[in-house]
Amino acid sequence: MNIICCLKQVPDTEAQIKVASDAKSIVTDDIKWVMNPYDEYGVEEGLRLKEKFGGEVTVVGLGPKRVTESIRTALAMGADKGMLIMDDALEGSDSLAVAKALAAAIKGLEYDLVFSGQRGVDDDMGVVGANLAEFLGIPHFSVIDKVEVSEDGKSVKVNRPIEGQTLVIESNLPALVTAQKGLNEPRYASLPGIMKAKKKPLEEKTLSDLGLDAAEFGEGARKVKIIELTPPPAREAGKIVEGETPQEKAAELAKLLHEEAKII
Amino acid sequence: MAQGVWTIAEQRDGEIRKVTYEIVSEGRRLADALGQDLTVVLLGSGIKDKAAELGQYGADRVLVADDARLEPYTTDAYVSVISELVKANDPAILLIGATVEGKDLSARLSGRLGVGMAQDCTAFSVEDGNLVATRPIYAGKAYAKVTFENSWPQMATARPKVMTINEPDTGKSAEVIDASFSLDDSALKTRVVDTSKDESGKVDLTEADKIVSGGRGMKGPENYKILEDLADVIGASVGASRSAVDAGWRPHTDQVGQTGKVVSPNLYIACGISGAIQHLAGMSTSKVIVAINKDEDAPIFQKADYGVVADLFDVVPVLTEEVKKYL
Ligand SMILES: Cc1cc2nc3c(=O)[nH]c(=O)nc-3n(C[C@H](O)[C@H](O)[C@H](O)COP(=O)(O)OP(=O)(O)OC[C@H]3O[C@@H](n4cnc5c(N)ncnc54)[C@H](O)[C@@H]3O)c2cc1C
Ligand SMILES: Nc1ncnc2c1ncn2[C@@H]1O[C@H](COP(=O)(O)O)[C@@H](O)[C@H]1O
Repeated sequence: MNIICCLKQVPDTEAQIKVASDAKSIVTDDIKWVMNPYDEYGVEEGLRLKEKFGGEVTVVGLGPKRVTESIRTALAMGADKGMLIMDDALEGSDSLAVAKALAAAIKGLEYDLVFSGQRGVDDDMGVVGANLAEFLGIPHFSVIDKVEVSEDGKSVKVNRPIEGQTLVIESNLPALVTAQKGLNEPRYASLPGIMKAKKKPLEEKTLSDLGLDAAEFGEGARKVKIIELTPPPAREAGKIVEGETPQEKAAELAKLLHEEAKII
Repeated sequence: MAQGVWTIAEQRDGEIRKVTYEIVSEGRRLADALGQDLTVVLLGSGIKDKAAELGQYGADRVLVADDARLEPYTTDAYVSVISELVKANDPAILLIGATVEGKDLSARLSGRLGVGMAQDCTAFSVEDGNLVATRPIYAGKAYAKVTFENSWPQMATARPKVMTINEPDTGKSAEVIDASFSLDDSALKTRVVDTSKDESGKVDLTEADKIVSGGRGMKGPENYKILEDLADVIGASVGASRSAVDAGWRPHTDQVGQTGKVVSPNLYIACGISGAIQHLAGMSTSKVIVAINKDEDAPIFQKADYGVVADLFDVVPVLTEEVKKYL
């Protein structure tokens, strides 16, 4: 079973996000870049399926050179090969363009199952996985917390929690799954894993390597234009509820929620 | 030229979901700003009798796609039908609710139509005839204002519980039209084989009006009983921090934060939660935030409207009794 795992590099969730002076981007100086947490679940699931069915796990990322580091992390977890789609013309691409480039790269590979994260914790879009599946012409399942591949390796059954229900859905392979927390517990890269990762193949591809026209990518081709970024509306610390004892404080809080906030 | 505002209704088991009224109401406002009509597209099986009443919230007409294969929701069937209708009618704006299904639908649909899409927006306006959408990014650590270019329809999803629902005008009803579409079985690649309902009767966190959340300060899974009791009394759902989820005290579907659910209830009560940046990102758009924590320096107090510095095990049970006085 051959598995592709998409990998997006995002700012560490610890990062304070500051809007840059152009009001269109964020200040990246102090940012630590990591693998999107949801992609870790995808990579882990890919590795588990490989351990069961054999085959290869290929990690595909798109972005600047620094993404190499995150791909190496996935290789150190146990993935077999990496590919980085890197091209200056990609800078500023929107979800549609990213999915188009990923699709072009993945079309040239053998795969039964593709994983992406359910959303990037940067732009919070959660669109690239579904677009990629569309461009590959395969079904997708989004926000999945359980994946079961049939013994013959030909079909997949997934669990999809929606508000108040869980759906069990199936399809034939190939298919794409967007990984949600709960799918598994991602492993850490071991020291020998890290050593081995250094020697694993990591290919770099430009748009022209993929037979793509640079004019369809990057800032200029965006269909969703950023007008401006702003910091969130400030939220100020409110009042500390008074009282001699915890019981008094609880009574005072109930009263405030009723009389002042008018919410109870 | 693309014309008209469209919203996609969300129904489940034949019942219109609340988010539908939110986006129909918002769609009405956008349609008025553009001086155009509002069309709602309703898909399902045997749902036609639910269509006309959407007029009370501002729909001029409802296009009904009624087919056994449109119940329950599957991405394949919905994307196939909606993309066909959109291509045939060329609407200017397409609005969808940012529920789990709505986000799934909009994502694939944007690929099928080759249009840009703004996910999970919290505000909309029309400027120079174009849709302008505001959406939180980095789970609310920043906001992006976006618009569209050479991309029709201008497509966006609206975060549940943010858009105001219009006062229903019972005198109004929408024109109901049977949509004509061809849904080919060969387009249906996925099958829903089972559905298990959550029997707790609790509203999902993303749709909850009130949330009582517990963190590591709860000390163990058994202690969530006191939060459940409070939640039952005030009609809240129960959430958790990642620490509580990772400890196995609560299911992952309860996690609030940057890598969990982003919530905006009217009331959020954080119990034994320190207020790490990833947690705050997921709940700081709540209207009223209460923090109960014994550490007065806990960062959660910086965001709380009401802070209670005390042991939660002393406060919560008393609070449960005290609020009863006001109900
Ligand atoms: C990649 C990544 C993603 C993350 N995503 C999320 C996310 O989505 N959501 C999330 O919540 N976290 C997330 N985190 C974790 C986050 O950084 C914090 O570790 C976590 O939120 C802490 O949970 P907590 O507040 O319950 O625990 P703690 O930080 O340990 O706080 C417990 C609090 O309880 C108080 N307390 C203890 N006993 C009592 C008592 N008897 N009465 C009153 N107060 C008491 C303490 O004073 C303390 O403030 C993420 C971390 C990473 C690295
Ligand atoms: N630049 C990228 N390179 C590789 N994968 C990506 C990229 N952007 C998005 N993805 C994949 O799509 C998922 C959802 O991202 P998004 O749609 O941007 O929220 C990510 O978790 C990745 O798996």
